[in-house]
Amino acid sequence: MASNKPHLERSGWGFYLSRSDLPIAPPPPSRYHRGRIMRFFRRAPKVEDGEAPASDEPAVEADQLAIEDEERTEQALERTKKSWFGNISGIFSRGDVDEELWAELEELLIGADAGVATTEKILKDVRERVEKERIRDAEEVENVLKETLVDLLRSPEGTGRLWTEHGPSEVPPKPAVILVLGVNGTGKTTTIAKLAHAYKADGGTTVIAAADTFRAAAIDQLKAWGDRVGADVIAHKQGADPAAVVFDALSAAESRNADAVIIDTAGRLHTKLNLMEELSKLKRVIERKQPNAPHEVLLILDATIGQNALLQAEAFTKAADVTSVCLTKLDGTSKGGIVFSIADQMGIPVRLVGTGEEPEDLAPFSPEAFVEALFR
Amino acid sequence: MLDSLSNRLQGVFQKLSSKGTVREKDLDEALREVRVALLEADVNFKVVREFVKGVRERAIGADVLKSLTGPQQVIGFVNEEMVRILGEEQVGLATASKPPTILMLVGPKGSGKTTTAAKLALHLRKGGQKPILISTDAVRVAGSEQLLALGKQLNVPAADVSDAKPKDQAKAALAEAKKHGATALIVDTTGQIAYDSDSTADLREIHKAFGPTETLLVIDAMTGQEAVNVAQEMDDVFGIAGFIMAKMDGDARGGAALSIRAVTGLPIKFIGTGEKADALEAFIPDRFASRILGMGDVLTLVEKAAETIGDEDVQRLEKKLRTQTLDLEDFMIQIQQMKKMGPISQLVDMIPGLSNVKSQMNLDDIDESFWDKAEAVVYSMTPEERRHPELINGSRRRRIALGSGSSPQEINRLLNQWKQAKKIAQAVASGKGPSLLNMIRR
Repeated sequence: MASNKPHLERSGWGFYLSRSDLPIAPPPPSRYHRGRIMRFFRRAPKVEDGEAPASDEPAVEADQLAIEDEERTEQALERTKKSWFGNISGIFSRGDVDEELWAELEELLIGADAGVATTEKILKDVRERVEKERIRDAEEVENVLKETLVDLLRSPEGTGRLWTEHGPSEVPPKPAVILVLGVNGTGKTTTIAKLAHAYKADGGTTVIAAADTFRAAAIDQLKAWGDRVGADVIAHKQGADPAAVVFDALSAAESRNADAVIIDTAGRLHTKLNLMEELSKLKRVIERKQPNAPHEVLLILDATIGQNALLQAEAFTKAADVTSVCLTKLDGTSKGGIVFSIADQMGIPVRLVGTGEEPEDLAPFSPEAFVEALFR
Repeated sequence: MLDSLSNRLQGVFQKLSSKGTVREKDLDEALREVRVALLEADVNFKVVREFVKGVRERAIGADVLKSLTGPQQVIGFVNEEMVRILGEEQVGLATASKPPTILMLVGPKGSGKTTTAAKLALHLRKGGQKPILISTDAVRVAGSEQLLALGKQLNVPAADVSDAKPKDQAKAALAEAKKHGATALIVDTTGQIAYDSDSTADLREIHKAFGPTETLLVIDAMTGQEAVNVAQEMDDVFGIAGFIMAKMDGDARGGAALSIRAVTGLPIKFIGTGEKADALEAFIPDRFASRILGMGDVLTLVEKAAETIGDEDVQRLEKKLRTQTLDLEDFMIQIQQMKKMGPISQLVDMIPGLSNVKSQMNLDDIDESFWDKAEAVVYSMTPEERRHPELINGSRRRRIALGSGSSPQEINRLLNQWKQAKKIAQAVASGKGPSLLNMIRR
């Protein structure tokens, strides 16, 4: 099966690197070979092992897994593709580059929730290049647009300590502390379960802090997930102080020698100042308990969201320094074009995408794959 | 809620009003800004296109370019188009001719169905019904627990029938309803992510078995351009009676609401304005339009007041608003009563004229302390000054500033806000329905 995909690079990005000419650093050697999403959440290497845990995996399995991942994500993006396809085809086959083309592209981007300001910026960049390179054929504009979109998604540096543009950081901290935030109903709890599953599948252990002590049955939900994906859930009663839960979870992770602590927080509207202050407090508690933590502050955004996401990103960043975004529910019909706005105006990188309902339906975000999927 | 949209639109209106006549250039510029404001509020781009086209055509048709009241006319057209899009009248919930009434909530994952179900239960109970909450959510991990917990909190019976086969759930639910003597079932369902026939198979079966009196779509107010498609597809599959916008208590601009109504014609029935179970408001189109346009919503405010404060106070408040006798003392009493009613940030939207000021004072930051300060200022005035603020001159102002620990500028600001509130309160309260046009012509 591997021979069907000779161009498939094996790396921490798994399935995404299906084009050999991507402007991305070549994947580091063997330890990435498994090509699984789990590599993204690689736990700290055990000292006695002397080498990374995955290096003895047979290469065939690596390809197999990578291909499975690729198929899964393609399926997830199928709907996104379909809905854009109707719009996209036609636009570029008109032949000439004219004003109508620009008007249609504008509607296309705005219709995908890219936002007015970001759309204007994207089109300005594309237009400049088209004029500079004297492009007259509309089909060539498509490529310029794609490249511009990919560049835009690549532009944020990101301040997280766990995940970089090229995969996981070289030396993951132990335990890695991931603080998960978002407004109500974006899929925080499910994403946390998926993260825990990823660690587990890599042979790692996680502790989940049930710091959503507000929503009815949130703790039950998390415990049920914990049982399913095999993660320890540290919980107090409903209505308990979230900071105390977090503190206990960090202590538990330490004593159990866990690879990661994932902190679930109550969904909150970013306009509720006292709740945002509570997040700042949570973060301070983490910082005091474990210097340099949290290593990632992950904002969960629902792919169906509109321009309000910008206000959310701003408010959550102000409260708790968001380092990365996870785009959930990408398996729906939504295009998730808000990530262009987030990258452009907030400078926060998207690192993860949720592609389905199962624990393994979490993938590293790849700008190329995301943009390609919109155009294919 | 709706702040930035209404601020943007008001900015456009102000600029337009400052001109004597409208040149074509002014019209186009104003419409361009209206367009951006609507797009940034997530109004569907097709709706925006129609909207702007509609206003422009009407403006040109009405010869506003020559007219002396051109700017006002344009603003009027924007207002009227807005009301038209939101729907002309309020649409309530249907009641089954043969009880029990069955209300089924469907919608995307995470849109707020479960919370809304609990709110609806409370709403129905207030209306004299005996509701029961039914969970059919077998997919979400611990999904039914949340509904059961909410039922317990509100002391509303709740049952989980999600273990039964899709086609048997209705029977089980009706048995539970009978056991509790319920007159209305509120059926919570699994959140959907895609709306094709495969994805909705189970839900369609459940839906068919229940044969609900009304199927209501719950949609997150923060939804982007996709909202329209979701509503359309859900309507195709389930025959939606209307929709409920959840999470309107954030700074969502509600563009999705405008779009869904415009494209599908489905009425908006309720808006969810908070996490608490009583945070559900009936949707009244012209009032909502007037909130979008920053004109406040006195009527909802008065109703809300009636729930919290005694009738006597309400009548007085209403009278003060209608006659032009709103003095600073009343202003303060009003505000104190409002503080009792709920978070100021929500109420301010309803006070005519104050939503303008809201952005300048960043309500969430100062929270209730703004009103404490305003109170201190008013209490540092003599009774005479409170009744006749025009008496306040330089030396009085300095005295009040000293007495209240504020600066003369702050006192000026408060006085200006009061003047504005008074002026607009009267304009809105005297006209029925949206009267922005009258107000500006005045």
